[in-house]
Amino acid sequence: MAAPDIQIDSRLEDLAERPPLGVIAADLVRRQPLGAAGLFIVLVMIFMAVFADFLTSYDPELNAFEDMHIAPGAEHYLGTDQFGRDILSRIIYGAQTALIIGFVAAFIGATLGLVLGVSSAYFGGRFDLIFQRVMDVFMAFPLIILALALVAIFGQKVENDVLLVIIAITIPFVPNCARVVRSSALAIREMPYIDAARALGYSHARIILCHMVPNVMAPYLIMVTAFVGQAILLEASLSYLGLGVQEPTAAWGLMLQGGAEEYAESAPWIAVFPGLAITFAVFGFNLFGDALRDVLDPKLRRR
Amino acid sequence: MAKLLELEDLRTQFFTTAGTVKAVDGVSYDIEAGETVGIVGESGCGKSVSALSILRLVPDPPGKIVGGKILFMGRNLLELSDVEIRKVRGHEIAMVFQEPMTSLNPVLTIGRQITETLEQHMGIDRQEADARAVELLGMVGISDAERRLKQYPHHFSGGMRQRVMIAMALSCEPKLIIADEPTTALDVTIQAQILELMKDLTRRLGVALIIITHNLGVVARYADKVNVMYAGKIVEKGSARQIYHNPSHPYTIGLLASVPRLDHKRGTKLVPIEGQPPDLTLLDQGCAFRPRCRFAEDICTREIPPLEEVGGGQYSACWQKDKLSQPAPAAS
Repeated sequence: MAAPDIQIDSRLEDLAERPPLGVIAADLVRRQPLGAAGLFIVLVMIFMAVFADFLTSYDPELNAFEDMHIAPGAEHYLGTDQFGRDILSRIIYGAQTALIIGFVAAFIGATLGLVLGVSSAYFGGRFDLIFQRVMDVFMAFPLIILALALVAIFGQKVENDVLLVIIAITIPFVPNCARVVRSSALAIREMPYIDAARALGYSHARIILCHMVPNVMAPYLIMVTAFVGQAILLEASLSYLGLGVQEPTAAWGLMLQGGAEEYAESAPWIAVFPGLAITFAVFGFNLFGDALRDVLDPKLRRR
Repeated sequence: MAKLLELEDLRTQFFTTAGTVKAVDGVSYDIEAGETVGIVGESGCGKSVSALSILRLVPDPPGKIVGGKILFMGRNLLELSDVEIRKVRGHEIAMVFQEPMTSLNPVLTIGRQITETLEQHMGIDRQEADARAVELLGMVGISDAERRLKQYPHHFSGGMRQRVMIAMALSCEPKLIIADEPTTALDVTIQAQILELMKDLTRRLGVALIIITHNLGVVARYADKVNVMYAGKIVEKGSARQIYHNPSHPYTIGLLASVPRLDHKRGTKLVPIEGQPPDLTLLDQGCAFRPRCRFAEDICTREIPPLEEVGGGQYSACWQKDKLSQPAPAAS
C-alpha cells in the first residue's frame, strides 16, 4: 500500500492574510485599551528621545542665571530651574537618558537571566539547586539596596556614570528573570521534543539556545517590558540619591534632587514636572507589559 | 549477515526513594542489518527504557545503566564519550517517538527542524539541506514540500507530523531506527499508513528497525523477529511466526489470547491476563510472572527461569516451556 499524498488547499491560507496596520491598531484599542494607552506613552517617550534636538531650542545643560525660577509660561512652557535651565528641554533630553539606561539594563539583565534560567532548568539536579540558592541570596535584597551596593562596589572602577548606573541596575534584574524563565523552562524540559532533540545528537548549548529559549520568549518579553519601567524608576532613585547620573546630564531623578526640597513652595514646577515624567513613563511601560502578558499568555486572555 | 547491534546483559536501574527499580534486568538480543525487530510487552515492562538505553538517553538521575554491553557495529556505545555518542544519535541510530503531537518543537518551522539535523551530522550547507529536506518530505508522502517546509508543526495533523518525524529519522541515513510506539497516538487508519511507510522505507534503504509496541498485530505484520518483555526481562524471543503459532511462554500465550483475531470464531470471548504487572522494586527470587500465571508450580516461586532454546531459534524463559510448546515449526 503506497501512502497517499496528503494535501491541504493552499487557498485557505491565503484568506488569512495580515490585515492593514490601521485595523490592527483599532483592534488593539478595543481589546486592550489600557495596553494601547501604555504603548502610546512608550511611543511618545521614544519619539521625544529620538527627536530631542528638534523639539526644543534650549540647551538642557547650559546654565542661564538671569533666567532662574521662571514660572511656566509662553517663554518656557514648563518653567526653568534654579540654574535657569529650561525644564521641558531637560525632560525631553531626560527621556534619552531614561530610555538608554532602561532598555540597555532591562535587555541585558533579562537576557542573562533567560540563558541562566533555561540552563538551570535544563541541567536540573545539583546545578539547579545551587544556582537557585545563589539567586535566592540576590533576591533577598530589595532592588534599590542591591543597586546601591553595586554602585559602591563598582563606583571606583567605572568612570562613566551612565555605564555605572546600567551595571548597577542590570545585575539585580538577572535573578528575577532567571527565576521566572526557569519555571517556564521546567515545563518545556519535559516535552518530548526536547528528548527528541537529544536523540538527534544535539549539544546541550544547542538544545538550550535553539530549542528551549524560543519556547520561553513570552515570559521573557514580558519581563523585559516590566524591567524597562523598573529600570527607569531605579535610575531616577539612584540619581535622586546622588549615586546615579551626575550633573549636568539631563536625568529625571537628578532634576528632582536639585530643586525639590528647597523650592517646593516657591517654585514647585521644578520638581512636579520631572516627577510626572517618571510617573508616566513607569505607568506606560507597566500597562504595556501587562497588556503584552495578556496577549502572549492565552490562559489569561479574556473570553 | 553481520550483527548490527548486540545487547549483552543490559541492566538499567532507576534509583528512587521507593527503592531501586530494575527497569531493564539482563536483556540480551541482537539485530542484523536491515532487520525489523519487535519488542512487545505491557506498559512499564522496560520496553522503552531498553530502547532509550541504547542511545544513553535514560534520564540520569534517577536512571543509570549499571551493567552490560551495547555493541553497535563493534563499538560499545556505553564506553563512548559524550561527544562521540552525540555523533551516533540521529546520525547512525535515529529515534521516532510516541507522541507526534509534541515531538516537534512548536516554535521552529518544519524545514528548520529537518535541516538542523542535516547540518549537524552531514556537514552540508543550508541550501543543500533545504533541497534534501524537500526530497525527504516527498519520500514520506508529503506533497507541496517546499511550502510545507516553511510551516510550523501546528499546521500539520498527527499523522503528518509522524511522517515528518520519520523523515527526520531517515535524514542522516542511519543504520538503525528505533520507533518507540510510533503509532499509539494515531487513529487506526493512519497507524496502518505510518507503519507501511516505515516498513517500506526501511526495507528500501536497508535500515534496521526496532519497533516497540504493545500491539501484537503490528508486530505480527511488520517484524521479522520478536522479543517479548516482562518485568525488565525478555521472556520469549523468536521469529514472528514462531511467537504467533507456537508461543511457549504463558505471558505470550496470555497476550495472544487477549487480542481479537480474525481467524477465531465470532463471539469467542477474549481472555485477559488477570492482575497487574509487578512492582519492579519488590521482585523476589522467583519468576516475576508467577502471580498471574495459570501454569505456576513450586519451582516458579524458588528460581527465576533462564531464557533457553525451545527449538528452531526460539527461546523462552519458563519452567513449563516444554509442556506449552508444540513441536517447533521450521524457523522462517
